Amino acid sequence: MISGRDELLTGWGNTAPSRATVVAPRTAEEVTELLLAPGGARIARGLGRSYGDAAQCGGGTVISNRSLWHLSGIDPATGLVTAGAGVSIDEILQVALPAGFFVPVTPGTRQVTVGGAIAADIHGKNHHVDGSFMHHVVSMELVTPSGAMTVTPDSDPALFWATAGGMGLTGVITEATIRLLPVESSYVTVDTERFSDLDSIMAAMYSGDADYRYSVAWVDCMTKGAKMGRGVLTRGDHTPRSMLSAKQASRPLAPPTGAKLEVPFTPPSGLLNRLSITAFNELWYRKHPAKRDGEVQSIGTFFHPLDGVSMWNRMHGTRGFLQYQFVVDDAHGEVVRQAIEVLSSESIPSFLAVLKRFGPGDPGPLSFPVEGWTLALDVPVGPSHLPATLDRLDEMIANAGGRLYLAKDSRVSAEMLKVMYPRIGELADVRRRVDPDSVLASDLSRRLELP
Amino acid sequence: MRNAFGQPQSVVVLGGTSDLALAVLRRLVDQRASRIVLAGRDDASLQRNADALKAHGATEVATVRFDAADSATAESTVNQCFDAAGGSVDLVLVALGQLGDQSELDNSAAKTAALFTVNLTWPAAALAALRSKLLAQGAGHVAVFSSVAGVRVRRSNFTYGSTKAGLDAFTQGWAESVRSGGIKVQIIRPGFVRTKMTEGLSEAPFTTDVDEAADIIAKGLGTSRMVIWSPPVLQAAFLILRHLPAIIFRRLPG
Repeated sequence: MISGRDELLTGWGNTAPSRATVVAPRTAEEVTELLLAPGGARIARGLGRSYGDAAQCGGGTVISNRSLWHLSGIDPATGLVTAGAGVSIDEILQVALPAGFFVPVTPGTRQVTVGGAIAADIHGKNHHVDGSFMHHVVSMELVTPSGAMTVTPDSDPALFWATAGGMGLTGVITEATIRLLPVESSYVTVDTERFSDLDSIMAAMYSGDADYRYSVAWVDCMTKGAKMGRGVLTRGDHTPRSMLSAKQASRPLAPPTGAKLEVPFTPPSGLLNRLSITAFNELWYRKHPAKRDGEVQSIGTFFHPLDGVSMWNRMHGTRGFLQYQFVVDDAHGEVVRQAIEVLSSESIPSFLAVLKRFGPGDPGPLSFPVEGWTLALDVPVGPSHLPATLDRLDEMIANAGGRLYLAKDSRVSAEMLKVMYPRIGELADVRRRVDPDSVLASDLSRRLELP
Repeated sequence: MRNAFGQPQSVVVLGGTSDLALAVLRRLVDQRASRIVLAGRDDASLQRNADALKAHGATEVATVRFDAADSATAESTVNQCFDAAGGSVDLVLVALGQLGDQSELDNSAAKTAALFTVNLTWPAAALAALRSKLLAQGAGHVAVFSSVAGVRVRRSNFTYGSTKAGLDAFTQGWAESVRSGGIKVQIIRPGFVRTKMTEGLSEAPFTTDVDEAADIIAKGLGTSRMVIWSPPVLQAAFLILRHLPAIIFRRLPG
């Protein structure tokens, strides 16, 4: 029997800690043993980049996937690669890029495991073109309390899609076969444009995003009035070999390097408050050119700016912080403006608000993306009116038929969650089949009373 | 489970007939609290409070009867409350206590011993019983109602004050013993609050009514502060009062 260690765990936001026994199985057989063992609740955990309590299990067992590590060669004709669930996107890129391949979907950090990428059905800056991560998963090995199985969209679509964004509640993913994207270089050619208000950014994204593979806008939620929602829009695609400079062409497929800085400790009250965030936002806005086309940027710069400062979440202090991310369809695009207006009028300081467009979603009952607009923001846990303000935003978003992202959530109510994800009964049906005794549970699933 | 703001979904109240506890619970129900267990001595009061909470929006409110005069019932009462909660318990409020009448307590060994049992011995035993249950949950939050009367006892209510002083100190040590287990512990030190417990008594400086105190306490439960003073000004007040020479202290009003 594998032994574990008791650990106090949180998500990336450093909130709501709970203690669990952490075990790190190395094979699917060991995972099976863990799921069949008597005892309390259990859930899998990757690199812990969920912001809330999705990968922790108070009083139970947390199954780390990091020892489920293996990586096949990449088939040059198809781009298919098979990876253990514990392999991170960063680790894949280290071997894939030199071989001329990129991951089909990357979130804002490379420190996410394959298992986590599936369980959260992650999206990147290219959802409007390429969909979410699960679209590029050809098959996966899933260990459930009812047995270990190979799952493909054809062999068992209900289980496959319930696992996409299923937050680990259908079983422990031990391996997946993914189709990588062929690229000619590890650079991205980027068009940057600054906009002085939200309406103009949204108009530019709506009309122009189809011309780019990757698109993301950073929006300043601290400004009020006419300047509200000013921001910077960056869009691009992988740079072909012919467009590289001589220096870049000498190492065209160099993988991204590790963090150059680390936040070494957590300052008690955090460095990020209304003043520092306003100042930072101003500098960030001014730093970007009003308009620049065709700039060749490294993958790290364009896709993963925060990976440059390791443990950046510590800057928020010991109280921690939360991420609030929602999606609304195109018919309700005004909710984006309304949400920013609410935050601005309540003086809720928000660092790094990111706006993207989504293409059509996938069949998963708990999968987050829906065709339309998604806004994600970081908020420090501090202002006493924050809980009520976010509850108000929840209602606005639910009334517009939108929803929150469970990989980011740490405070929505169970009732509101059911309104936002009306197909949650489909997850319950799948769980009854693969986990009849409800052995799989996380703090998140218990908090949200997920079936 | 508690959310990122520490807002509980399930709450156990030891001393569930307390006016102040009920007011705090209403505010918790306004947030995320939906399953509540009220434990107390008087069935009618418990039921009345349970009905009030259900009317306010709580989904399930269970009641458990116990008598704090018998400290041997602490463990079984805690077990009953956890069973009634039907799932993990996010917050335990230790809100029981009696004021007593100092003029009677002065000359009665029996009444003095009895007050110590209700206000100090029973709660301390309950905390001891809570320890393993909360540690097994891997998470939890306990808030113990102490009092400013225990910070420096006064002749006018020193028996009550000293039971609270004892409970306060016990809780501080208990908090350290569960700290690494992910259990958050807070001590609530209210000043004089207008409730049925203090009806008819002359008011002290910085008296508040129940709603004001409950607002302060509910807000404090969401912070990481070890001690919640209600009203907050009492912390500064007692910094001074604690060190006044007795010759002055004994002449202060209230």
